[in-house]
Amino acid sequence: MELLSVSDLKVSFETTDGGIDAVRGVSFNIAAGECLGVVGESGSGKSQSFLAAMGLLAGNGTAAGSVQLEGQEILNLASRELNKIRGDEVGMIFQDPLTALTPHLRIGQQMAEVLHVHRSSKGADAQRQCLAWLDRVQIPDAKRRLTQYPHELSGGMRQRVMIAMAMLCEPKLLIADEPTTALDVTVQAEVLDLIAQLQVEQGMAVALITHDMGVVARMCDRVHVMRLGAFVEQGSVEDVFASPQHDYTRQLLQAMPRIDTNTTRALNVHSKTLLKVDDIKVHFPVSTGHWIFGRKIPLRAVDGITFSLREGETLGIVGESGCGKSTLARAILRLIKPSDGNVSWLGKSLTSLDKKAMRNARKDLQIVFQDPLASLDPRMTIASSIAEPLRTFRPDLTDRERREAVRDMMERVGLDASMINRYPHELSGGQNQRVGIARAMINRPKLIICDEAVSALDVSIQAQILELLKNLQAEFGMSLLFISHDLSVVREISDRIMVIYLGRIVELAASAAVCTHPRHPYTQALISAVPIPDPILERQRKRLRLRGELPSPMDPEAALRFMPSKLKAGIADYVPKLIEEAPGHFVAEHDASEANIAGQSSNLI
Amino acid sequence: MSDATDRFLRNKAAIACMIVLVCIVLFILIGPQFAHWSHEEIDWDALGNIQTLGAPSTETGHFFGTDELGRDLYARTIQATGTSLLVGLISAAMALVLGTAWGVIAGYVGGRVDGVMMRIVDVLLAIPATLAIILILIVAGRSFVTLFIALGAVSWLTMARIVRAQTLALKGREFIEAARAGGVSESMIIVRHILPNLIGVVIVYASLLVPEMILAESFISFLGLGISEPYTSLGALIAQGAGTMAYGTLWQLGYPLFFYVAIILTMFFIGDGLRDALDPKDR
Repeated sequence: MELLSVSDLKVSFETTDGGIDAVRGVSFNIAAGECLGVVGESGSGKSQSFLAAMGLLAGNGTAAGSVQLEGQEILNLASRELNKIRGDEVGMIFQDPLTALTPHLRIGQQMAEVLHVHRSSKGADAQRQCLAWLDRVQIPDAKRRLTQYPHELSGGMRQRVMIAMAMLCEPKLLIADEPTTALDVTVQAEVLDLIAQLQVEQGMAVALITHDMGVVARMCDRVHVMRLGAFVEQGSVEDVFASPQHDYTRQLLQAMPRIDTNTTRALNVHSKTLLKVDDIKVHFPVSTGHWIFGRKIPLRAVDGITFSLREGETLGIVGESGCGKSTLARAILRLIKPSDGNVSWLGKSLTSLDKKAMRNARKDLQIVFQDPLASLDPRMTIASSIAEPLRTFRPDLTDRERREAVRDMMERVGLDASMINRYPHELSGGQNQRVGIARAMINRPKLIICDEAVSALDVSIQAQILELLKNLQAEFGMSLLFISHDLSVVREISDRIMVIYLGRIVELAASAAVCTHPRHPYTQALISAVPIPDPILERQRKRLRLRGELPSPMDPEAALRFMPSKLKAGIADYVPKLIEEAPGHFVAEHDASEANIAGQSSNLI
Repeated sequence: MSDATDRFLRNKAAIACMIVLVCIVLFILIGPQFAHWSHEEIDWDALGNIQTLGAPSTETGHFFGTDELGRDLYARTIQATGTSLLVGLISAAMALVLGTAWGVIAGYVGGRVDGVMMRIVDVLLAIPATLAIILILIVAGRSFVTLFIALGAVSWLTMARIVRAQTLALKGREFIEAARAGGVSESMIIVRHILPNLIGVVIVYASLLVPEMILAESFISFLGLGISEPYTSLGALIAQGAGTMAYGTLWQLGYPLFFYVAIILTMFFIGDGLRDALDPKDR
């Protein structure tokens, strides 16, 4: 018996520029208890198909076709009828758990509302049920959470609340729309495990909408690959991954960077050292508590990081959100003033330069930002954005020479010369990122810092940009500091990888060494959490989980997260040292892994 | 820039308003050639019988009729429209320049400078605008120039606040950081990145300031401190016309009001058109 069967669903939107067919006739079935994956890149219509099925389209959208839930037609039903189904028989969770929760309602109130509407249970009874579900989604200290507001919880916790809310009425189908895209990879692993566990326990069907082939490999029984509003391929996960039939699927799988591949790059050990960062610290004073009596506590965003970078080398910097990796990049470039420590460039200290000398030094130090659109001036054509560093550092060029240089650079990064007078909002994200790279490259700098430069892009575009960066590096020989939260992307491009946890290095070694023989428990947990786009391999892997939640960087004991023995011994101000355990393989001091890893579960499915 | 001109030219409402405004300006420049009376002459014939002899007619030469003192309303309206347009444009321009400069500097530099500069604005805002204008006019003496200065002096404050808030928002955007990382100096960042992105807000607010200034001037004239007789402004004429409405001399209100409304509406649409034209997102 099919739980949800969709046939020939079409969704179109009426816009001022004419109609857009977002979904062009898709058909699929979800059986009770199975997990169906719908994969596609942004704009493929994967979310819209499910929104349409649930009657949640935007006002200018229309849906046609047929959607049957247990044999009952639900497409384009009146919202009064749909409200009985939504949240009761079908639960939904969304990408951004903060925007999906009402900011001014306490968690308990929001959850109770669902019960009130669908089960007409109120008061203590409702609270008891809410509490039970919060416990089941493994929220620590659940009772207190009921009286908290959404902004008081961490991202992972909010998503757990969303899941608990969706599960309150024990739905037969859970629609999860990119449930873990906004989360860190270790949190993602936990949330995915939770969904899988609930699926088994409740015998519930899951529709998982995602762009991440790794997530599909981990979670799904069957998968549909969607492109431009239509399915291009469908089948069991094993078949699709083992022998993809459609070109697009193959492309997607190829574009997906994998942590378990072996890309070894010949690193020239003898090239000279360009950048030396010595015990750099960035502390932000944060006031706490009362507005008069509150104290200022330093938030240790970057807390003593030391490394060096050679000419032509790529150093990957990996860490979860809030670990200080972007702050580190800005401190190196002196976009933020470091509180302590030294950065030297070609032997000269950057930290002691005056404003003017620093400005001149910027010619060799460039940065590419995460959000390609936000990092370009909306009122400048892309050509003038690219030309800006030229205008600053090469005022001797005539307009014509400058335009020539821009045209050459645009061609080099794969932008068509006809786009020269376009504005950023007229280009796609990938094209804008190429503009950002062209701007960074135009003065042929010796170092480019890529701050999450590919994180906002679709997988296939991401692969293209990585390829472009590699080619540019081969051609111009600049060094790269590649910052990302995504270990598999970093592995793809880096010679060495530095893993950061709460403002400190936990491990620094050649990329193959970090990925295949991680020594620090945090690195081990991080790597085990990265999904591999191979269902058979993925389901055999062991998951390592860290104990407890991520501590706040304001917590003075956070530095000893992996050395509870020192805490117990009462040496709370002990600073773990970086030890060279193997040649070139630095690991921060830590207690034996067993003390840090909460549990090893092979898999739950 | 030619891009922006194209976009402005494609905005029909803005172009129509531009034409109307040009017509008004031409009327001010050429109109006096056709006047039979000057703006201060009193038509003694009409004086006793405004309702019939002072009515608009081509025979008497009073195209727009006369005011209650028998002065030619045609000449007076031309004179008043000119004054009001000038007052509006010049004070709005003053507010624009001063307010934008003040707001950008405060917002961009930030920290203590911002604190001091904005507290000054707060203190000035706390003084009633009318009182400030009256004080300036009394201390510096009544003249066109002091009137502009007095009006400009009170109107830049809100502009400074708006610009500062916008600058603060812009300052945190990534493209400013990108420019800084690219070695662009702070002053060039303001000129090249902050100011162009402020234009939308500033232009719209300035276009709203013009009618506001015209109104403020008319209020001051009403107190007897603004433009002094025999010169007049639209605000003053409207006030007089409104006062005599009950006696059936509606033209005394109608003609000045027509020009007043025309100026305000055109300013509004032109401002709107400029904002859209200067925003590349509307291309």
